[in-house]
Amino acid sequence: MTRAATQATESDLIQILTPDGQRHSHETYDAYLGDVDDQMLRGFYRDMAMTRRFDQEATALQRQGQLALWVPLRGQEAAQIGSGRATRPNDYIFPTYREHGVALTREVSFSEMLRLFRGISGGGWDPRENNFHMYTMVLAAQMPHAAGYAMALNMEQHGWDEERRAAEGNAVVAYFGDGSSTEGETHESMVFANSFNAPVVYFCQNNQYAISVPFEVQSKVPLVNRAAGYGMPGIRVDGNDVLAVLAVTRWALEHARSGKGPVFIEAVTYRLGAHTTADDPTKYRMSEEEKQWAPKDPLVRLETYLRENNLVDDAFFEQLATDADAMAAKVRDDAMAFPVPPLAKSFEQVYAEAHPLIQEELAWHREYEAGFADAAEGEQ
Amino acid sequence: MTTTMTLAKAITSGLDKILDTNDKSLLMGEDIGRLGGVYRVTDGLIDKYGSHRVIDSPLGEAGIVGTAVGMALRGFSPIVEIQFDGFVFPAFNQITTQLAKMHARSEGRLTAPVVIRIPYGGGIGSIEHHSESPEALFAHTAGLRIITPSNAHDAYWMIQQAAGCQDPVIVFEPKRRYWLKGDVDTETPALDAFKAQVVRPGTDATIVAYGPLVPIALATADAALEDGRSIEVIDLRSISPIDFDTITESVQKTGRLIVTHEAPTFGGIGGEIAARITERAFLSLEAPVLRVGGFHMPYPVSKVESQYLPDIDKLLEALDRSFAY
Repeated sequence: MTRAATQATESDLIQILTPDGQRHSHETYDAYLGDVDDQMLRGFYRDMAMTRRFDQEATALQRQGQLALWVPLRGQEAAQIGSGRATRPNDYIFPTYREHGVALTREVSFSEMLRLFRGISGGGWDPRENNFHMYTMVLAAQMPHAAGYAMALNMEQHGWDEERRAAEGNAVVAYFGDGSSTEGETHESMVFANSFNAPVVYFCQNNQYAISVPFEVQSKVPLVNRAAGYGMPGIRVDGNDVLAVLAVTRWALEHARSGKGPVFIEAVTYRLGAHTTADDPTKYRMSEEEKQWAPKDPLVRLETYLRENNLVDDAFFEQLATDADAMAAKVRDDAMAFPVPPLAKSFEQVYAEAHPLIQEELAWHREYEAGFADAAEGEQ
Repeated sequence: MTTTMTLAKAITSGLDKILDTNDKSLLMGEDIGRLGGVYRVTDGLIDKYGSHRVIDSPLGEAGIVGTAVGMALRGFSPIVEIQFDGFVFPAFNQITTQLAKMHARSEGRLTAPVVIRIPYGGGIGSIEHHSESPEALFAHTAGLRIITPSNAHDAYWMIQQAAGCQDPVIVFEPKRRYWLKGDVDTETPALDAFKAQVVRPGTDATIVAYGPLVPIALATADAALEDGRSIEVIDLRSISPIDFDTITESVQKTGRLIVTHEAPTFGGIGGEIAARITERAFLSLEAPVLRVGGFHMPYPVSKVESQYLPDIDKLLEALDRSFAY
């Protein structure tokens, strides 16, 4: 099959805001954008710009040797801000490891997010505070967790009617990528969630590459086609269109939380940079392709829309740039200031309950370390 | 109150008590509902607690364990069944990279109190992947606890202790002992699930066994008595953590140690016990710690499994070797 046959065609994508910044109406999804006023639109732009600036700062920190690794998201801001802003605080999010924009919408501190990549924590933030789970490095391992969490929500909501579920019920969003779509756990998660009508929104950011391997090696058909095979609605949305993403995710969450079961969203987007700071996209993709995607940049199109409709002025962007720089400086300072926890802390975290092997090894470790202290004192 | 029941029914009773006392607990696995499990361990529980507490899951081990992790994150206490030992590997990733590490990765903020029941071991004349003993593969992973009852009384209590533990626990159930009958005291507080137990005192050598081999170790001790040898038998009960104190104390008394399990000797639990006991009680040992386990081969076809499995003769031979030093 040729590349063209497997690629998204523009016509089957839900799109509200075109790449040239024109806003269109949509008979189904306009109803999910009724509250979006000028202030919210500026807010979405700000979210995306702050996320991009954070990403840029973290990339710089990695290049300077301050982070072990960084996973850039440049190009995927609309997919993340649009979907994240569609959730309610009580919805639980299972991210992969690139969802820095979703994290912003969940009010997870950018600084805290660097603890994982700085090499001082296996998680970094408290998942319970913002209902935003830890990043998951093993691809798709979080997918069955999302289904199980949603099955548990069903049990809590056992006996609720549709109205009460819609008003009070919670849902789960599972984020994954086109690469993760190949993993068996993605399939198993979707089977479980559909079999038990669990309120999960599967949000796939199809950024066209699994590190260096292009999408057509993952699938010969658009991923959204798979939704029908599991028995759930599938929506293919322009992932670079923050309004379309917001609308379809709101629809999907409403569907899920009202007891109708999971929804699959394929957000068609493009990773403008590397997979992580460890790879080099010039080795595996053509600059011609990158040039084709550049004008679809989610920030560019929203900026065009905002400017053409006189919703912003230069002062807005100047202020935003100042705020973003201040945020980046704070993140940098915070990252440098994080204390490195002693290894003794790691012993405490292996098990929730007392464990004799841990106690034995910790005692040995302490004695060993103390031996160096004695030696150091002796030298003085 | 003491009741006589099979090991399988003791687990059923234990599960019944868990479901009855903790409304956040639930069972999930392939065929565990209507059928009652291929070994009927969950028989009747779906009728009592409903299909939302005793869940017939789709066929997918990673899905079973992975969704259980998700349920635990929401405050539920899932107890899942893996149908056979050799079928746990599709879930290996979920168990080792996710379940085991949830507490550590979250810096202690999250717990994942999932219990995984796995019928294990051979001696039932079955075909491939139905007779394996993969406990060492899991014991090597920090964050997991692994226990294995050898008798009905322990089975009744240990499953409840596993369910009450805030850490993930794998319960390896010795499937060829499911029909072993024994007295279950449902009132006397049980021994800690993570402790070993001296099940037969002796003075001349110690045999450490667990799960399916405990009755064989006891029979070996009977046989050895005819040769005038007094053998102490320890039921390990907990494979992770291992109760080295109980074994050390025994070896300090007897001076000789044989460890036996069905799993291959190489890289097995026996090696860990041998190494640790050598470190702890070297001067008490009259002979090297010996291991009696499976060979370094896939579990053999059932027509020859009796030649593979540790038995009384192999344990007596090991005792002879030990006493020859």
